[in-house]
Amino acid sequence: MRVVVAKPGLDGHDRGAKVIARALRDGGHDVIYTGLRKSPDEIVRIVSDEDAQVLGLSTLSGAHESLIPIICTGLRESGLGDVIVFAGGIIPERDRKALYESGVRAIFGPGTKTTSVLDFLNEASDRLSAGNPVGVGSDTGWHWN
Amino acid sequence: MALELSDTSNLLKSARTGNRRSLAKLLTAIERGQESEITSEESWILGVTGAPGVGKSTLIGRLIEHWQSNGEKVAILAVDPSSPVSGGSFLADRVRIPQADIDDSIFFRSLASKNFPGGIVPNIGKMCQALSACGWGRIVIETVGSGQSEISIVAFADIVLLVDGPDRGDIIQAEKAGILEIADSIAINKSDIPSSNSAIEDIRRSLELSEGDNRTVHLVSAINGDGISELISDLESISPDPGRLGIRNREKLISYWVSLLLSHEEIDSQLVNLGNGSITVRDAIYSMGSSMNFGGTANGRNDD
Ligand SMILES: Nc1nc2c(ncn2[C@@H]2O[C@H](COP(=O)(O)OP(=O)(O)OP(=O)(O)O)[C@@H](O)[C@H]2O)c(=O)[nH]1
Ligand SMILES: [Mg+2]
Repeated sequence: MRVVVAKPGLDGHDRGAKVIARALRDGGHDVIYTGLRKSPDEIVRIVSDEDAQVLGLSTLSGAHESLIPIICTGLRESGLGDVIVFAGGIIPERDRKALYESGVRAIFGPGTKTTSVLDFLNEASDRLSAGNPVGVGSDTGWHWN
Repeated sequence: MALELSDTSNLLKSARTGNRRSLAKLLTAIERGQESEITSEESWILGVTGAPGVGKSTLIGRLIEHWQSNGEKVAILAVDPSSPVSGGSFLADRVRIPQADIDDSIFFRSLASKNFPGGIVPNIGKMCQALSACGWGRIVIETVGSGQSEISIVAFADIVLLVDGPDRGDIIQAEKAGILEIADSIAINKSDIPSSNSAIEDIRRSLELSEGDNRTVHLVSAINGDGISELISDLESISPDPGRLGIRNREKLISYWVSLLLSHEEIDSQLVNLGNGSITVRDAIYSMGSSMNFGGTANGRNDD
């Protein structure tokens, strides 16, 4: 699949994003890496122009609370409701429910095995082929973990 | 799920009205080999090539900045390599081109080489046609970081810019035949690093060996902007070299032929057969060659 890996927010570390990108590349996916400090609007346009099926958002700074839902809304409003969104980084348990509700389908914390992101995408595409929508715009209650 | 021709013509219709989303999907369809009925429009296609890490992307960022400030739109097709092991890729050219993200004036598409030879991807010519048909007539192609022998870009670009940098080989490299001979313009990047001066001397001395070679070698810094405006006026004043037609056609032919081979339905099974020694390379070529799927392109209309 074509996966955009983006890093919203202002912090300057992208090791986490690169670890995820490497796992995806080694799993046979095409990863488009955006670099640091992209705004929600920029991320939505990149996903659209690159015609990506998946968006991975890496965050460390606590930006997830506000930025991730804004990006999810932006995708829906731009006709990109089919895009599968996952998040990675330090996201406290208590914040996760809100992210799932905004359309994020998986959250990978710092300790997770890198291959679990591949398992997640496999499951997501199985669901897709079975006719169950998994994109950020679908109101399925499903999420991976 | 293959798209029908009617789907691509609907996408084209919508993309031509300025719908970016449709353009994005149209490019995907074309990249995957979907036929489309696109007629060429006026375009100016710059190919940027050179070894890995010399600063092609950063330099392209500088070029588009210039056109952006003139109110022009630019499309970029940037190719990065696929892993020969997993088939996956890490496409990171746009990391060096933050200028592409600031507004709608740039359309940037990252492409995985899928191990296609020559530093480009199959169907890139058709992707350029689609872009220009949709009003993106100024196009920049960044090849995979390439060596002397990767010259397929000449088939698809009107103007080829070769980028090189300091500390990359010596005069012997410049003597060898290849892309250096057919580039329309040459830029030695990273002029902020002192050793770039000797790189430019090496190249200039090499070019002087051929009589009548009056190409300019530019010393530029994509980081601090030095030499960029001279480079841009050079690029904009060069007219495509008609003497290049033979090489271009040859490269088009090879590119098209290889893309047919690599997209052949038997390719995977033939590789298995080769692996277990049940056939020879010649057998594999013979079998695939006699059942090539030319799609809708046998009339030659879409072959570039
Ligand atoms: N000092 C200096 N560094 C530069 C300059 N231009 C680019 N770089 C650096 O060189 C490195 C590679 O730059 P890129 O623009 O990614 O090079 P590229 O040729 O596109 O690389 P590939 O696409 O991987 O082949 C980066 O670390 C850049 O910051 C320059 O003018 N001066
Ligand atoms: Mg590059």
